[in-house]
Amino acid sequence: MTQAAKSSARPLSPHLQIYRLPLAAWLSITHRITGIGLTLGTLLLTWWVAAAAYGEESYDVFADFISSPFGLFILFGFSVALFFHLCNGLRHLLWDVGKNFSIAATKTSNTFVLAGTVILTAIAWLVAYF
Amino acid sequence: MSGSSNSGSRSLRSPLGHARGLGSAKEGLHHWWMQRLTSIALIPLTVWFVVSLIQLRQSGFEEYAHWIESPLNATTMVLFLGVTFHHAQSGMQVVLEDYVASHGLRVASVIAVKLICTALAALSIVSVLIVAFRV
Repeated sequence: MTQAAKSSARPLSPHLQIYRLPLAAWLSITHRITGIGLTLGTLLLTWWVAAAAYGEESYDVFADFISSPFGLFILFGFSVALFFHLCNGLRHLLWDVGKNFSIAATKTSNTFVLAGTVILTAIAWLVAYF
Repeated sequence: MSGSSNSGSRSLRSPLGHARGLGSAKEGLHHWWMQRLTSIALIPLTVWFVVSLIQLRQSGFEEYAHWIESPLNATTMVLFLGVTFHHAQSGMQVVLEDYVASHGLRVASVIAVKLICTALAALSIVSVLIVAFRV
């Protein structure tokens, strides 16, 4: 009985709170989180085009919001999520056709996804404001 | 345990054979395929959208209206919106089906997401067209 209690206290399988997630797993859950974020972001997109349909006054309300510090912060987060989801999505499409499944190739594509996100975000904001 | 209506006689069919005989709900492949199709379409559409937003960054209503009046911009924007909302509801469905444990809540949330995405798609597309067609 003591033997059983002893062994049952050990982690028998890599549970999420114990197992150290590899980077690819973090990127995988980030893909879902950014997907949810981007779905919420479509509310902003809808607000923009709908405000324009209602006329200049409502368009100005949206423009004031999106150019405010909070609006720009949201837009920045939206852009990071968009570029991450785009880069990681490209990787998923390559996986779907059976490419780059090896651990080595996955580690390389991890780097491409993260570097791509940073570079595309930087380019977009630099082009927009400098 | 032969829980089926095989009138007493045990089936010689293996569990795998039985499952294959039942088949799937037949909708999984279509969902999977549409998700990939919309992903592929969203690659160029997203690049176009980001470039457009950068061009429109300081614009007021008149600049936006002038931009969306172009048939090419209006068409691409409508495509971007339609494909985006299709992709969003499809991805959200996968996430909800994976993480919402209660069956009732899972079905309800998937229905809600699909209806909301459809409504937002309609609103945003109609909004684009209203400005694009204004005289």
